[in-house]
Amino acid sequence: MTLLEKFNGTGARLQALTAGGGRNPFDVVIERPLSSTVGLIEGRETLLFGTNNYLGLSQSPKAVEAAAKAVREFGVGTTGSRIANGTQSLHRHLETRIADYFGQRDCMVFSTGYQANLGIISTIAGKDDYLLLDADSHASIYDAAKLGYAQVIRFRHNDPDDLHKRLRRLEGQPGGRLIVAEGIYSMTGNVAPMKEFAAIRRETGAMLLVDEAHSFGVLGPTGKGAAEEAGVLEDMDFVLGTFSKSFGTVGGYCVSNHPELDLIRLQCRPYMFTASLPPDVIAATLANLEEIATRPELRAQLMDNARQFHSGLTQAGFRTSRHVSPVVAVTLEETPEAVALWNRLLELGVYVNLSLPPATPDNHPLLRCSVMATHTPEQISRAVDIFTRAARECGLLLAAA
Amino acid sequence: MQTADEVSAVILEKLLANPKVPRDITGSSRIVEDLAFDSLAVMNFVMDIEDTFDVSVPLDRLADVRTVDDLANAVIALKSGA
Ligand SMILES: Cc1ncc(COP(=O)(O)O)c(C=O)c1O
Repeated sequence: MTLLEKFNGTGARLQALTAGGGRNPFDVVIERPLSSTVGLIEGRETLLFGTNNYLGLSQSPKAVEAAAKAVREFGVGTTGSRIANGTQSLHRHLETRIADYFGQRDCMVFSTGYQANLGIISTIAGKDDYLLLDADSHASIYDAAKLGYAQVIRFRHNDPDDLHKRLRRLEGQPGGRLIVAEGIYSMTGNVAPMKEFAAIRRETGAMLLVDEAHSFGVLGPTGKGAAEEAGVLEDMDFVLGTFSKSFGTVGGYCVSNHPELDLIRLQCRPYMFTASLPPDVIAATLANLEEIATRPELRAQLMDNARQFHSGLTQAGFRTSRHVSPVVAVTLEETPEAVALWNRLLELGVYVNLSLPPATPDNHPLLRCSVMATHTPEQISRAVDIFTRAARECGLLLAAA
Repeated sequence: MQTADEVSAVILEKLLANPKVPRDITGSSRIVEDLAFDSLAVMNFVMDIEDTFDVSVPLDRLADVRTVDDLANAVIALKSGA
């Protein structure tokens, strides 16, 4: 096989996806957003039900103003990494603000959430250590295991007993143990049992890291995520997150009470060897953190909307998770029907994400939908109606309500 | 302690419980190529094997595992503390 022949399989699969005249689902262009919930796609006004912009803050006027001001004051880029010339006052300010919000000692800001996971996990867990990963972990977590050469043991998704059993099997082996879970799982919307994981941490002495990428700004009395919601934030050794979802911008972070975080800065390759975030992104992120901190009604509205959409789809006979969260995944049997339904939805004016095995759990294709605080009840019921109509037109059998 | 043949036999039996797996597999069948397992299917199967033999199989141990017999040997090595 030559270097490039290995792409033939992917090429053939992509061709099969588009064979019936369907679109390439990985190449949808949002020509421009008209608001946080409506975008122009193929020239049509389309309801956006497939973003991670849970609070609608990527269109936040305050963040837009803050970014514009920062660009004028600081310029458009830092041209350096965090440990060289890439740390400006704004970066330190954001780190302090996030650490304070979490009530934790320190915070590291990364250029993306992917790099935050890649960097923190690979730097903490080395060759002789064990990483206990939820089987449905995000790619950035698996990649971190490779970068750090850690020994990876997967446990069954969201299953504390299974985790406990696997930790027990490791008894007597040298090396540290780091448990990794996600607050809300990006593909399914499942919420992690953080209380149970925290109890296992206390019992076994393993460290615990939670990636609140999809749960910060969404869960918890003050929006800090699934660990706060479960009342076990104090048990987290490391809380990670991204700015690319509820914050509405781009970037990643890690907060911790361990003083070693300051030394991790000097060993963490995805932090050291890439340029820092530009000033406008930092300023916008700071502005949106204030929005998240001071407007709890956004979270309440988001969860109301999530309930409306989840129960609408479930009552219409679609297969969804039993967890109600802003990520609502519709599970389908076979890829061709998922592709057909996804195409029809887009034609009828609803954009969702098509997720195909093996990037999905349990080998079923998913239509991954996400709800926003800024969706109106009318937009949500319209989306549910369009789902039902598209399914009928595609000849899908829905469960009786 | 089970022999490599015994462990292979148990693994084959587990594999054959999956109707999508070809019926004519043997200890020298290659897991990815001959059984058409993708990376996720391999990792999920390893979780089953860990439970069957009550052993931890870190994913990096799979780098040297191509056939069913290789997996059986890895299980035995891990069980004896290697
Ligand atoms: C669970 C999880 N962690 C991390 C990331 C990466 O975030 P970012 O988009 O900031 O790289 C994502 C998003 O793709 C995610 O879903």
